[in-house]
Amino acid sequence: MKYILLFCGTREDQAAFDAMSPDELRRRYAEVGRWFAENNAKVVSSNRLQAPHTATSVSFGPSGAPVVKDGPFMEGKELIGGYCEVDVTGLDEALKMAKTWPGRGTVEIRPLVPPPGP
Amino acid sequence: MPERCADDVRAAAATVFREEAGHLVGRLIRATGDFTLAEESVQDALLAALEHWLTDGIPRQPAAWLWTVSRRIALNRLARDASYSAKLDALAVLEEQGEGRHEPDDRLRLIFTCCHPALAREAQIALTLRAVCGFTTSEIARAFVATESAVAQRIVRAQRKIKAAAIRYKMPSEEERADRLREALAVLYLMFNEGHLSSVASAPFRRDLAKDAAWLMSLLCTWMPDEPEALGLLALMKLSLSRADGRFDERDDLVVLAHQDRSRWDHAMIAEAVALIERAASMHRIGPYQIESAIAACHAESKSFEATDWAQILALYDLLSTLAPSPIVALNRAVAVRQVLGPEAALAEVTQLEGALSGYHLFHAIRGQLWSDLGQIDLSRAAQSRALGLTENSAEQTLLRRRLFQ
Repeated sequence: MKYILLFCGTREDQAAFDAMSPDELRRRYAEVGRWFAENNAKVVSSNRLQAPHTATSVSFGPSGAPVVKDGPFMEGKELIGGYCEVDVTGLDEALKMAKTWPGRGTVEIRPLVPPPGP
Repeated sequence: MPERCADDVRAAAATVFREEAGHLVGRLIRATGDFTLAEESVQDALLAALEHWLTDGIPRQPAAWLWTVSRRIALNRLARDASYSAKLDALAVLEEQGEGRHEPDDRLRLIFTCCHPALAREAQIALTLRAVCGFTTSEIARAFVATESAVAQRIVRAQRKIKAAAIRYKMPSEEERADRLREALAVLYLMFNEGHLSSVASAPFRRDLAKDAAWLMSLLCTWMPDEPEALGLLALMKLSLSRADGRFDERDDLVVLAHQDRSRWDHAMIAEAVALIERAASMHRIGPYQIESAIAACHAESKSFEATDWAQILALYDLLSTLAPSPIVALNRAVAVRQVLGPEAALAEVTQLEGALSGYHLFHAIRGQLWSDLGQIDLSRAAQSRALGLTENSAEQTLLRRRLFQ
């Protein structure tokens, strides 16, 4: 069963992160590294995203024509910092991973639509 | 069939449903791995049973009847969908007749599935009532004064999430156990409270949420005998039920604790509850439910309202306030403060809760009472009428109205 763990946070979470000292930052990265090492067998892929101000959105209006816009789709207080695709036995195992995530903020767990059956 | 007779059948059917529904759902999930299919097939079987049993009477082996029908409904549902042939085979080999093998922890696993923290609280309650207690959707709707379609929608959404997010039908692991038990207890406590206040003796036939929650709670305690908080919650429920008869007078009006006829309380049940509290205490893992049940036991064991040991109750509320602080706990504590330290001290504490509890009827009822103690009649009346506007429970409305016009 595959899920995406979305690592989300508020602008306040982001500000707290930006305010971390180099030492704190090093410790946090070490914790995150350990988390990935411990969960290595379950992680299919993972990536950190660049900051929201680097985002570009393409929206399709009523006429179906694509409109390119500067900025992320989700505006306002919440932002996504990264994601991790995991392959586990069920929601409880995904929850266990999310509960031990050292990066703080909020982790959203979304099941992936399984490939069509036989 | 005369109404009274039909109600007798409904009551007897409800007892069978309560005993069997969880087993049936569990067996079908084990056979097919499909929660929704299992849950809906059993629900359809219960509805079919109600229809048949009202005309033909309850069969001699109701459990076998329900299993045969549930299984057949599940088979039919599966047969409609060719992609389910593996599940169909698994179900086909399950015996046609008889009650079959009950897995001892089927219902426990089912409770933990229905009370999974990834489901919304309302969905947890509705799903538990339907899958584990064998309520029909319309019974749940009546119990929660909701429309049947709203309840059905809540259940469908929860079923979809269980499937799509892969919430497994299994016992929580050792490390998940404490959290998951806390969640299940919270669901059962809410279910109980919802039933408790609205339980009026002469109400038209309706399944009693409070009794079903207490029944589930005692099952939980049989399976998990070493969980002191579970024992505490069961004791709390028993203490409430033991006093249920005294809570309403012959006109079904609510009677306040001070005026209840204590000889109408069920003293055997009170003794059972006290034994549970003592067993829980011997495990030396104190928790909020144990303290709440100890407070309820202080009231239940007191010979009269005047003889109540308020100092002991206040001490227990102090403990509860440090362990599980909440505005409601603070409000209840203030009632004990009134008895021990007087209305002025109590009013000072209650007033601090205004921001958190201004929408809660009992906040205004208690504040009104305290103002009346202090001779502030106008303020008291205003508070009581505010309380009246905030409750939909007719028994409580009558009580408040009586106070208002005294």
